[in-house]
Amino acid sequence: MRTYEPRFWDRFYLLALAQGLFITLVRFFKRKDTIQYPEKKHVPPAGYRGLHRLNKFDDGRIKCVACEMCQTACPAHCIDIEPSAAPWEDGEERYPVKFEIDLLRCIFCGFCEIACPKDAIELTEIYDFSAYTRDNLRIDMEGLLKVFDVTKNGNVYARQNRGERIEVPIAR
Amino acid sequence: MDTFDVIASLIKVVVVFGAIILTVAIMTLAERRVAGFIQYRLGPNRVGPWGLLQPVADGLKFFLKEDIIPDNVNKPIYLLAPVITIVPALMTFAVIPFGASLEIAGHTVKLQVADINIGLLYILALTSVGVYGLVLAGWSSGSKYPLLGGLRSSAQLISYELAMGLAIVGVIMVSGGLTFNEIVAHQQATSWNFWKQPLAALVFLVAIFAETNRLPFDLTEAEQELVGGYHTEYSSFKYIMFFLSEYANMITASAFMVCLFFGGWDIPFVDEAALGNWGVVFSVLAFAFKVGFFLFLYIWIRWTFPRFRYDQLMRLGWKVMLPLGLVNIFAVGLWMALRA
Repeated sequence: MRTYEPRFWDRFYLLALAQGLFITLVRFFKRKDTIQYPEKKHVPPAGYRGLHRLNKFDDGRIKCVACEMCQTACPAHCIDIEPSAAPWEDGEERYPVKFEIDLLRCIFCGFCEIACPKDAIELTEIYDFSAYTRDNLRIDMEGLLKVFDVTKNGNVYARQNRGERIEVPIAR
Repeated sequence: MDTFDVIASLIKVVVVFGAIILTVAIMTLAERRVAGFIQYRLGPNRVGPWGLLQPVADGLKFFLKEDIIPDNVNKPIYLLAPVITIVPALMTFAVIPFGASLEIAGHTVKLQVADINIGLLYILALTSVGVYGLVLAGWSSGSKYPLLGGLRSSAQLISYELAMGLAIVGVIMVSGGLTFNEIVAHQQATSWNFWKQPLAALVFLVAIFAETNRLPFDLTEAEQELVGGYHTEYSSFKYIMFFLSEYANMITASAFMVCLFFGGWDIPFVDEAALGNWGVVFSVLAFAFKVGFFLFLYIWIRWTFPRFRYDQLMRLGWKVMLPLGLVNIFAVGLWMALRA
């Protein structure tokens, strides 16, 4: 273990005090790291786990087949799925009529993403979703599909910082 | 005292009072701004350009807040305590000269509200009165933590007042006078007292930090143990009076320090008298600059050093500062005796 033995000059404290003052003075003049939040947004690194989205095929059909794997894998039990027969003839036979995530319970662990066999559910980079009521933080299937629409064209915050107006679909 | 003097005095009173209030407002912004800069962030910058209207917003907020008087307080004393604190805080600046003498229409106007012959003692006396306000505020709140905070402030005062007094004695000995004008004039004639008595300057500097209850000695309001200290039960305007007096005390203490050890309004290597009335302007600016530096030092030190524990503060006051003050007096006395 390293121990601290005061040097001769340290015993007078004055040198140490001057050193401390010097450190804070240098910091006073250094570049500031502040991000002016509402105007400029922090762009989270790749792999950040934020708000969920439900992916769609190119023709607009939902990828989800309501297999309930994500619901089973979820440690917080925040996903609520109701399966039904798909409304279309060709393609997948199962289809979710209800897909709700309680964002207040979600711990953003990403297990749903890993469990999904169809790559339908994914976590996005969106971190600044908030609402005034608890009900508004239950995001339904429509909301999750809208998140896909806003996030499919690249990082939302990088685009917002470039001046694009993007509304995150959470009822406020 | 003729009409001219009366009018001049009134103008000086208004200007000094206004300057103190304005400086307090600027200090509330500067405090937060410097804190931000030291912590790699920007500090308040939302209200007005560069956050300059922040003091106005702060002031408005304090006026509009609900004024609460708790049930258990001793009402007359509770209401009187902020007044007892703020009056001496605003009065002390009266004897501090903030510039060279001005010549107007054959009259010599001293840039000082009152030139009394015991200026130093006046300040020492008044700064100790302020602590009555804190003790009474703590006691009359009818709550235990404010009481502890008030008692701490008085104990802190006696730990430091002696060291402060001893630091000043050396200055009085060399300058041979108790008025600030004599002290400043002596420093102009020779050199700043800081170069002659750095030890006394250091002791005095530490003492005024404790005197104004600033970090690292803000034990009267040490939040983590005392829940806010002597002003816990105070709100809105009554609270802002304590706040104002603390900042006014800082300004006065900085001016005190400048006058005693840093030549007052003296500009080194420049003869102000030769510049006429422009010299006066520069002397006021020099004084303001020096006071501003010490005000910055207050904030700078606040965000650099951790808070002292109570026993550490007492030990520093009694066992370190007091002997150092005595050593300084002895050294100055010896030096004067050898020179005489």
